[in-house]
Amino acid sequence: MLGKTAGGLFWMQRYMERSENIARLVDAGFRIALTRSEAAEDEWASVLTTAGVRQAYAQRYDKVDGSSVINFLLRDKTNPSSVMSVIEAARNNARLVRTALTREVWEATNECWMTLKEALRTQISDNELPDVLSLIRQQSAQVRGAQSGTMMRNDIYFFAQLGTFVERADSTARILDVKYYVLLPSLSYVGSSLDNVQWETILRSVSAYRAFRWLNPGETNPRNIAQFMILDQVMPRSLSFCASRMASALEAIAREYGGAGDSLHQAAGLSQELANTNIDMIVDNGLHQFIQDFIKRNNSISAQIEQEFRFYH
Amino acid sequence: MTGDKPHFDEMLLPDGSVRAPYSEFCEWYGAQDASRLRTKARDAENFFRRTGITFAVYGEEEASERLIPFDIVPRIISGREWARLSRGIEQRVRAINAFLHDIYHRQEILRAGRIPVELIARNEAFLPQMIGMDPPGGIYTHIIGVDIVRTGPDQFYVLEDNARTPSGVSYMLENRETMLHMFPELFRKVRVREVSDYPRKLRRSLAASAPRACNGPPEIAVLTPGIHNSAYFEHSFLADQMGAELVEGHDLRVVDGRVAMRTTQGYRAIDVLYRRVDDDFLDPLTFRPDSALGVPGIMDVYRAGGITIANAPGTGISDDKAIYSYMPEIVEFYTGEKAILENVPTWRCSEADSLAYVMEHLHELVVKEVHGSGGYGMLVGPAASRKEIAAFRQKLKARPGNYIAQPTLSLSTVPIMTRQGLAPRHVDLRPFVLVSPNGIDITPGGLTRVALKKGSLVVNSSQGGGTKDSWVLDE
Repeated sequence: MLGKTAGGLFWMQRYMERSENIARLVDAGFRIALTRSEAAEDEWASVLTTAGVRQAYAQRYDKVDGSSVINFLLRDKTNPSSVMSVIEAARNNARLVRTALTREVWEATNECWMTLKEALRTQISDNELPDVLSLIRQQSAQVRGAQSGTMMRNDIYFFAQLGTFVERADSTARILDVKYYVLLPSLSYVGSSLDNVQWETILRSVSAYRAFRWLNPGETNPRNIAQFMILDQVMPRSLSFCASRMASALEAIAREYGGAGDSLHQAAGLSQELANTNIDMIVDNGLHQFIQDFIKRNNSISAQIEQEFRFYH
Repeated sequence: MTGDKPHFDEMLLPDGSVRAPYSEFCEWYGAQDASRLRTKARDAENFFRRTGITFAVYGEEEASERLIPFDIVPRIISGREWARLSRGIEQRVRAINAFLHDIYHRQEILRAGRIPVELIARNEAFLPQMIGMDPPGGIYTHIIGVDIVRTGPDQFYVLEDNARTPSGVSYMLENRETMLHMFPELFRKVRVREVSDYPRKLRRSLAASAPRACNGPPEIAVLTPGIHNSAYFEHSFLADQMGAELVEGHDLRVVDGRVAMRTTQGYRAIDVLYRRVDDDFLDPLTFRPDSALGVPGIMDVYRAGGITIANAPGTGISDDKAIYSYMPEIVEFYTGEKAILENVPTWRCSEADSLAYVMEHLHELVVKEVHGSGGYGMLVGPAASRKEIAAFRQKLKARPGNYIAQPTLSLSTVPIMTRQGLAPRHVDLRPFVLVSPNGIDITPGGLTRVALKKGSLVVNSSQGGGTKDSWVLDE
């Protein structure tokens, strides 16, 4: 496979994943804004921070209000992380690696782009937002479904997988990075309604509010949520899950290529550490430090993959 | 321009009855519900859009990916007509390859005085770097797409030979797929010759021209200028269908005397490069130094037998519009036979007498740039305003050697589906020809381009033309 193709697959998936993550953040923010209007402005501000576009937003708007944030995050072409921008970037990468994709995957990706281009053409009102968000979910589900159903499980598939999990790990870690303080065992907030809102938002931004309640019936506390978001082995957006998938994708590539590089050592090491630790140790050693450290290591794995498999040089 | 002159209708006889090749189709068509057909036509458009069969239009920010309109009425050619056409094409393609070999070696045709020496010596399409060079397998034009128009029952004219990097074959294939998808019952009724094995034949044909340095199964790659090129869809389509890598200049470099592509596991040598990049951009060390689309040093590797470049650099000299006017002589010189397909009479404006005639008759002629393509920069006399003709006259006076002129041919028509029913429109045909050391293969049919505007003779997709599926009957 060409190095450029591996890079294109990796980025196509990162962008597809990013579009879903942004849509999720908007969904969670909108939910809070609807139910707790007093918390709305703070919530939208932290959504912008999590999406990494707080400054870019401030350059275009004077104040943080729901409607501007929603449109900035979903359809503003000047925002390189808006859903429209990343879907377009995903589709450009798909065109670049067209020969590595099945017809089904290409068509689903192309259709996703065409459909969202139409849906995000004009300003989105609060009334339309739920439909637009479910359209985004549905379109990316179709791409994912085509991938799962039609791609051979060779290096093509695994480079795409790497893109998914590197991006997802980064996204979950950023959510935690912005909200870590509500997960600290702090006497003053215990049981307060503010905490409940914040906890709910965190879970909603990874679409795991219901799953968490099923797994932890009646026990919503910061320790459980942190454990769930960081170390859960079956939650598909937990840091541990993402790291373990990265490692197994790199292992599969190493088997196919007959040799492993440093990216596998890094990813397997990270995955192993997460499997061997527990949430009390993490909190004792500093939750914030842990999350920042994770983001750094995830970036380093990504850069190592890029270099090892000759994406650009 | 308008088609005032009587033209040959490929479907209907002058008395309104249906010609034999179309009889079964018309029977089927007559039994269809018009609104169902219109729905199907819309389906076809959606299908093309979803598949991404688009072409980029340069200089348009929005809507920069456009569809080429597709008409569902097929263009039908009888087995007998095709047999004669393909004999003519084969003869011409054989002559072109012999001409290219000669012009880059002993230049017998110049010595024999059949073509003026200046026409070659001062021609930008002639590449001195190719002199004395023997391309692998002796093949210059692995892929040719000859543009043919019809004016009567047995009158076929070649408009252009397209011996550089002809495009459109993906439309030929996708048009057929679309028709099979929409009207399977029609293909049970009418026996049409297959086109779908073109990609396999292309691969086999390229592999047969592998260079000396190739050991083992030939590694084939398609070189594209990139995703912003107007024909990118076709480049990726062909690579995909052939199972070949699609590469850009920055994926390639010369490693140990071979052109190699950067893979996830290191550099791997390429044996045959099907390039869809113009000669000028192929090698910045040999041609345009500012080119980022090519591979520095590829020409040295080529000359040393380390890679096959398809088509060979320098083939443009054979489809140059000034050389075109000598094609009947070229065919006769190299095959010893009269040309089966006709050449459009051509005035070379570089010659004083011709220029004088062209100046007098601009309102009835088509004037083309010698190196132009795609219907840009041409004058269609009968359709042009006085002002346009006057402006063109100035250009012609300034650089007469840059132009040739031809009479406006009365192109044949095939019906398209309109709101008011079937209506005749002018068409041309681009059959696709593969050349390898094992022989010449012509895919039955080709790409039919159709001028969608009533009376228009301009079929180029960049100027509002559409396409049709082209059938050769299996008789």
